[in-house]
Amino acid sequence: MFQIELFIPELYLLTLIGGLFVLTVGPQSWWRFLRYLPLAAGVGIGVAALSFQFSGLMFYGAYQVDALSQFFKLAIFLGLAVTCLNAMNQPTLSEEKRPDYFLFLCLSALGLMLLSSAVELVTIFLALELASYSLYALIPLRSKEPAAAEAGIKYILFGAVVTALAMYGLSYILGVHHTTYLAELVTKTWSWSETPAALIGIALFLGALFYKLALFPLHFWCPDVYEGASNETAAFVATLPKLGAVVVLVRMSSLLDPSMEVTMLLAVLAAVSMTFGNLSALVQSDLKRLLGYSSVSHAGYVMLGIVAGTPAGLSAAAFYAVVYLLMNLACFWVICRLSTDGRNLKLDDLNGLYQRSPGLALVLAVSAFALVGLPPTAGFMGKLFLLNSAWMEGYHWLVIIAVLNSAIAIYYYLNLVRHAYTREAPTDVPAETLAVPNPGLLWGGLLAAAVLWLGVAPATLFSFAQLAGASAGSVFP
Amino acid sequence: MTESGFPVLSALIFFPLLAAVGLFFLRDERTVRLYTLVVGLIEMGLAAPLFRFDLSTANFQFVEIMPWVPAWNMNYHVGVDGISILMIFLTVLLLPLCVLCSWSYIGKRVKEFHFCLLLMIGACVGIFSALDFVLFYIFWEAMLIPMFLLIAVWGGPNKRYASLKFFIYTLAGSTLFLAAIVAFFVHTGTFSIPELMTHEYAFNFQFWTFLAMALAFAIKVPMFPFHTWLPAAHVEAPTAGSVLLASILLKMGTYGFLRFCLPLTPAASEYFAPLMITISIVSILYGGVIALGQKDMKKLIAYSSVAHMGFVTLGIFVFTMRGVEGAIMQMINHGITTGALFMLVGAIYERSHSREIADNMGLGKYLPAYMFFFGLFAIASFGFPGTNGFVSEALVLIGVFEANYLLGALTIPGVMLAAAYMLRLGLKLAWGQPSQAANWKDLNAREWVYLAPLAVLVLYLGLMPTLALKTINPSVVHLLNQYETRKALHLESSLQPEPPAQVFQLPATRGTDQ
Repeated sequence: MFQIELFIPELYLLTLIGGLFVLTVGPQSWWRFLRYLPLAAGVGIGVAALSFQFSGLMFYGAYQVDALSQFFKLAIFLGLAVTCLNAMNQPTLSEEKRPDYFLFLCLSALGLMLLSSAVELVTIFLALELASYSLYALIPLRSKEPAAAEAGIKYILFGAVVTALAMYGLSYILGVHHTTYLAELVTKTWSWSETPAALIGIALFLGALFYKLALFPLHFWCPDVYEGASNETAAFVATLPKLGAVVVLVRMSSLLDPSMEVTMLLAVLAAVSMTFGNLSALVQSDLKRLLGYSSVSHAGYVMLGIVAGTPAGLSAAAFYAVVYLLMNLACFWVICRLSTDGRNLKLDDLNGLYQRSPGLALVLAVSAFALVGLPPTAGFMGKLFLLNSAWMEGYHWLVIIAVLNSAIAIYYYLNLVRHAYTREAPTDVPAETLAVPNPGLLWGGLLAAAVLWLGVAPATLFSFAQLAGASAGSVFP
Repeated sequence: MTESGFPVLSALIFFPLLAAVGLFFLRDERTVRLYTLVVGLIEMGLAAPLFRFDLSTANFQFVEIMPWVPAWNMNYHVGVDGISILMIFLTVLLLPLCVLCSWSYIGKRVKEFHFCLLLMIGACVGIFSALDFVLFYIFWEAMLIPMFLLIAVWGGPNKRYASLKFFIYTLAGSTLFLAAIVAFFVHTGTFSIPELMTHEYAFNFQFWTFLAMALAFAIKVPMFPFHTWLPAAHVEAPTAGSVLLASILLKMGTYGFLRFCLPLTPAASEYFAPLMITISIVSILYGGVIALGQKDMKKLIAYSSVAHMGFVTLGIFVFTMRGVEGAIMQMINHGITTGALFMLVGAIYERSHSREIADNMGLGKYLPAYMFFFGLFAIASFGFPGTNGFVSEALVLIGVFEANYLLGALTIPGVMLAAAYMLRLGLKLAWGQPSQAANWKDLNAREWVYLAPLAVLVLYLGLMPTLALKTINPSVVHLLNQYETRKALHLESSLQPEPPAQVFQLPATRGTDQ
């Protein structure tokens, strides 16, 4: 039964998309309305917050609205608002493509939003594809940059392969268990000895999500795509699709729980992902590649909560996903503000940032320390919740690997701060080209403040995450 | 809230943090310095209620507790006992002194420098008053950031290397400490330190958690062979950074041993005591020998810190009353004397622009006041009777001899080495061939103001240590009693690990069924 109140956030976003579509086909004079897009997405946060109270099933039980989905819809609107704001003045985007760019951004966000409510494998698959197709179009939109086309092709090709694998896995699951509804799949057997094909199927299907999350071994696209895409697009790709992947993983944790074979596999992937991502990030000099590899390691961290599989673990994963969104966006915010001509920044480009723009340097420092997981930032709190939940379930070795990985990560994140604060700006460049304009510093500051605030007082967001975690394993009959 | 209603510890933690924000609105450098000085003096005033500390009990006092993250049973929980209150006094006292000793030393980014200073002090008070494990860890790590910046931005020529080494070393050490915290929580269902002290832990659990915590603490102390970050950090740090590093940061490691290792992991502490004692003695001797050969004043004092802190860990791990009391006194005394010595090095550096001993000789004739203070702090540093250093070193040595004669005999050369390197330094500075000392002015009023209180403390604690000892005594008695009882209990019964506590509370409004 279609209950319109359950669909309010999606409808609101659909309306926005409709508006953007009109702009793409309308005269150029209408494009001035684009500047209100971040505000409209910001209103979406309120809309999602207001619809937090609703819960129910729709579309023949394939679409579930509950605390988990509403929590993530709110986070998606938040991320969308910030990425739209960030992408408003994109130096590498040709003028005639601007409305299309934002149309695709919003379409991808809609896909992710649908993903957060999908409780049926085909619906999950379709939502995932909707989120991905828009990105396939967005990534190459970086004018005069051959790497952008390469990144786009890479993302599409690998994405297509992973899609095929997911479909293949879905067919296995359907073949063995004769259903694609999570509510029914929960009741089935998931063990290597009894239903090996179903287990292979779920592993392949999860592969699609791991691809989005950039979890080892499906991470390879990540640094290349970040590097090739424009800074603003990379900021989107690095944050929102991760939220989508986490929400589905949290949702599917009820399937993973009964089968130790799968959770152990996930735990091993988490450990390898953390270690591989961090070690690779150590040697990067391109900022976006560095963040790309760091996101591989963060995918591993999030898996700690999924592997734990308990309400505590799932809430921790939900909390960390939102925290990661904020701290990564803050970091990308600085990169986008610094790269006024849209080029890729190297570590040395941060030299003397403190003198050129103390505000941006501070935002960068806060986000870098948060990404390390250093107190008193939200990154620390998120990591602590994840470690607690994994240790509770007896994954001591995984927790030890996670904390040791934090030690590795210190080096490259601290490098960002070192370059910004302790190195002098190059002397052979004219002073006027060094001065960093500070437009939108306020928003970067707000992101940094949020990261700090959630580190000091995480209880409110965590109680929401707790609601989400509690409803995660539950699938309405 | 406290009994009196005034949250004195929270005020001490958060006032400097809030005051740090106020710095952003100031422009003039002189105003910034004056403002921070006034903040320091107010902070000292705010500490005044702590004088109502009840000396007769080992309980935590001035306790404040309020829920923080209820789902994980985390609380904002602070309080002090006899071990931590003296460290808080020292921390609070150092803020205005650090502002004064940096008055003309720091010439660039003055506002940011004082910002870091205020953050440091707030975090350090937080460390010594936290009674929640997570809160402790937050302050423990948070103070790294301002310290890193103090070295990295205002440090000497090799500041980048030194700051990075300091940060990575100490943070890497603490990561396993975090795993230990998680383990304790999952084992007991609480982060409350007083509550954790009431639980019993199986030896295997104690073994691993002790190792994880001890690594973090040993790096912070620093104990041989984890000390290599210290000379680099000290030499490169600005004067105030060196002072805070020596006086407070190093104490966090030994405080950790006292606060966590002995009460929480008594059996493992006993098990590892021979190792810890060996490392402590090696630290004392190694630090002394290396200090003897230094040409750089700061390096010399840095290596002497390795030796002095060796006394602290030695006193802790002999588990005798006098040993532990001496260790705590040594924490305070080292904070006072070494802090003062670094200030003196900073003062002479402002005149000669060199920290080489050879460039700063012949001060006895031209800078008598300077040499007076230097002489006083130097003899206090090697434990001359009548100074504070004597009280603590004597107590530690008595404690060590009480435990084992051989250990005492092995430690004695360390005391002699301390006398040797300090006297060598003092003699060269006072009567060495003057280089340019004739052109320098003796201590000015500002320098007198920041050195005099420390000199008074050196003599006060040296001549009348009773009040300080009375303050720490009940806590030490309690600590050792608790340690002995639980150790005995552990030996009698081999404890099994408790089942993991179900601490995670599901929200009452769980919307759906599974």
